Formats: sequence, C-alpha cells, structure tokens
Amino acid sequence: MGDLIEIKGVTHAYRTQAGPLPVLRDLTLAIPEGEFAAVVGPSGCGKSTLTRLIAGLMKPDRGEVWLHGQIVRSPRKTVGMAFQNPVLLEWRTILQNVILPLEIVAPSMPRAKRVARAEELLALVGLTGFEGKRPSELSGGMRQRASLCRAIVHKPQVLIMDEPFGALDAFTREDLWQTMRELRRQEPFTAVLITHDLRESVFLGDQVIVLSGRPATAQHVMRVDLPADRTLDALYTPGAAAMLHTLREQISIAQGRGGAVH
Amino acid sequence: MLRQIAVPLAAVAAFLAFWEWIVWVNGWPNYKMASPSDLPPAFWRFGGLFLEMGWQTLWRTVAGLAIAVVVGTLLGMAMGFSRVARDALYPLLVGFNAIPKATLVPVIALIFIGQHDFNTVLMAFLISFFPIAVSVGIGLSTLEPEYRDILRALGASRVTIFRKIALPKTLPEFFGALKVSVTLAFIGTNLVEIVSPHGRGLGALFKSGETNGDYPLMFAVLIALAFLGIVLYYAVVALERIFAGWAERPAG
Repeated sequence: MGDLIEIKGVTHAYRTQAGPLPVLRDLTLAIPEGEFAAVVGPSGCGKSTLTRLIAGLMKPDRGEVWLHGQIVRSPRKTVGMAFQNPVLLEWRTILQNVILPLEIVAPSMPRAKRVARAEELLALVGLTGFEGKRPSELSGGMRQRASLCRAIVHKPQVLIMDEPFGALDAFTREDLWQTMRELRRQEPFTAVLITHDLRESVFLGDQVIVLSGRPATAQHVMRVDLPADRTLDALYTPGAAAMLHTLREQISIAQGRGGAVH
Repeated sequence: MLRQIAVPLAAVAAFLAFWEWIVWVNGWPNYKMASPSDLPPAFWRFGGLFLEMGWQTLWRTVAGLAIAVVVGTLLGMAMGFSRVARDALYPLLVGFNAIPKATLVPVIALIFIGQHDFNTVLMAFLISFFPIAVSVGIGLSTLEPEYRDILRALGASRVTIFRKIALPKTLPEFFGALKVSVTLAFIGTNLVEIVSPHGRGLGALFKSGETNGDYPLMFAVLIALAFLGIVLYYAVVALERIFAGWAERPAG
C-alpha cells in the first residue's frame, strides 16, 4: 500500500502584529495507508497547525499536502476530526451528535441506516444505553468516546486527533487508548494523533514523529516495534522502555536542551 | 405542582392584604390612595375599556418586540461574524441605548405627527432591540472555533454551519435577552401611550384616570399592566422551554 498522507516541504507562518511567526519549516512526512502516526513535540511547535493543514482547513505558505494522490486545497468529506474538547452539541442527544457528520456527508442516507451505523459505533466504545442522553449527563471520558464515534461515523479515510485524551485523568486515558485500538481493529482509517504523552504515542502509534521546536521540522521518526495486538503490559517491556527513552531524549533536543536526560 | 401555584398565589394574597391594611391603618380616602377593595368596582365599571385598551397595548408591544427580534438578530449577526461591523456598531449602539427613551417621545411625536400606532410600535422597538443585538453578537463571536471546524472539515457551507451549530448554540443567550426585551418593549409602549396626547391603550386609560382624579381607575390600570407584563414574560419563558429547553440543567 502507498502513502495516504504526504506532506512535502511545507513551510508556514502566522501573521501576527509583531510580524510573521514561522511555525513549520520545510516539513516532509509520509504516512502509509492504514497506519497510525503519533506526532509529539514541544508545546507550541505547530502540531495543531499540522492537523489543520491535513484537514484542508488552511493552506500552507509553501509546500504541498497530498491526500490519496491529490493535493489538498480545501476541506474534504473523507476526513474526521477529534479535539481535546469533545465539542458535543448540547442540544442534541448522544446519538444525534454521532449522526451529525452523516447529515453533511450523506444527506440522502435513510435515517434508519444512520441510526444503525451510530449505534454500532456507540456499542463498540461501550456507550450502549446512553444514546438518548444529553452530553452534560455523561462523564468526560464518555463524552470523548462519543466524540470519537462522531469523528469516524462517516467512515473517513483519515482520522485526525488533536490531543483527544489530554484533559482526561490517567486511568480514563488508558481506557480510551484501549478503545482507540479496538476502533482501529474494526474501522479502516489512517490516523494522525497529536499528543504530549510519550506512552500514548508508543502504545497507539505504528510510527512516532518527533517535531523540533518552532519553526518545526521532522526531527526524528521512530517505528514502534511492538506487536499489533499489544496490551498495556507491552508498555512495561524493555523494548518499550528503550523507545520511550529515545523519545524523551529527542524531546529534550527539540526543546533545545541537548541529548542527556537525567 | 401544587407548590408552584400555591406559593405565588399566597404571595400575591399577602401583598394585597398588606396594601389593604396600610390604607386602612392610615385612613387614606380613595382620592389619595386606592386600596385593593376599590379595584373590582373600577374593573367592573370600565370592563369593556380595559379589554379594548389592553388589546391595543398588547398588540403594539408584540409588534415592536417582533421588529426588535428581527433587527436585533440581524445586527447581532453582523457584529458576531464581522470584526469591522462590531467595531463600527458597538459605540453607536451603546450610545443610543444610553439615551433615556422618554426624551425620544416628543421627537418621534413631532416627526410622525398623529401616527399613534406607528409611534408606539416604533418606541417599543427602539427600546428593546439592544439586549437582543448584544447577546446574539456575543453568542456568535464567542463560538469556539472547534465547533465550526467539526463541520467545516467536512466541507459544510457557512449557511449549514450557522443553521446546525451557531444558531442553536446562541438560543439560550437569545432567550435570556428576550426576557429583558419583552419588559422593555412593554415599558416603551406605555411610555408613548401615557405621554402623547390623544393616545390609546392602557397608558391612555391611566392618563384619563389621572385627568379625572379617578384613583381607583389608575390603580386598576397599574394592576392590569402588571398582569399583562406577567403574561408576556411567561409567554417568552414558554417559548424558551420549547426551543432552548436543553440548556436547562436538571435540578440537583
């Protein structure tokens, strides 16, 4: 299988009152179809900008973003997005929230089919029985599960996630990681995950991309050498420890603090 | 349910009893201060007039409020979506809102001489559109970008995003403002009805009570106004329950 997402020499700067603020510099990446890419890097290094570029929500100053052999110039229906804030619509039930993208992408789809698809996903993330609830009646972890269902309900080719588990407590987060792997087993999307959590990047990723400090470029790309059906125990193996150590060193370099970690 | 009806009714009864008592204790005659027991005869004597004038006041208030909703929402949308519009309109609106509306009555009466219905509706509108414009503007401009992005990333049009996200999300703020506006519109209507000569509506009835030294009639009008105000307010509350009931948190 070829590369589904290709970032070719992308440079981007934000125009601010103090002059241009360069965030990405000559960034080149390739993510093969079906792979899960975790992107880590120092705070404010342009990771969120990367998600918005892939989603077609903005255009780079220079360089190209390719999706499935086509240049991305505007948003497309084959993308799903999830954010740190679950952004569920408070006036809709959980089921209606999950259905929302189908209303845009497949307006002619019969209602029964939409509901069936949403219920199938909600069952997959353990939210059966909560379809009729309002978002405010659910816990933070459950809301994020519903948000993930909404992001993939229209079977996108690419799932883009910007720190979706960042606001959750440690145990809930680990639960969500396992849910994420379960979703991946069932749904054929290619994923880009922005995260600050190195364990998360190793547990979920097939490859981990370390971005340098601003303006960011791809500083290090690491293949995650763990079994495809890994469990949380895999994070406590010597192999995982070595990978985490390498990533920690790379982050220190990206932060401009040299290679040593003490 | 019983408590929801019984408690307000008991409060009203207690208020009327206190009013009756204070008039009786001071020995005020009814040309100085009417008491609640003077009111039923006043309503009885002028029953037809109350219905006719009450209707005048009601329809003008609702008409003015309806225009305020349309204009206020449009202004709010302009301010919510465009920074330039916000910067341009805000000082104008705040300045206009700061003008005591009573001062506008003679101005309007001079421009549109004799157009009593028009003047009244215009005043109800002028006094009540501001809260709606501001709340819709703030509601739209504080919409978190992620809300827009979840639909924009799918290629949804601006109209679709407005209809599916921005509009419903602004409804609670809109109804909050509408509750303020409905009371203001009511005040605007009565202001014109009382101040302008040869007026109609409950305000004019009040004025004629004053001219004739009929205190029971004046107080009866005040009670009728209060009643109408309550009806209008709870009509808005009912609409809010229907269209923005989701924003109400369950008690506890």
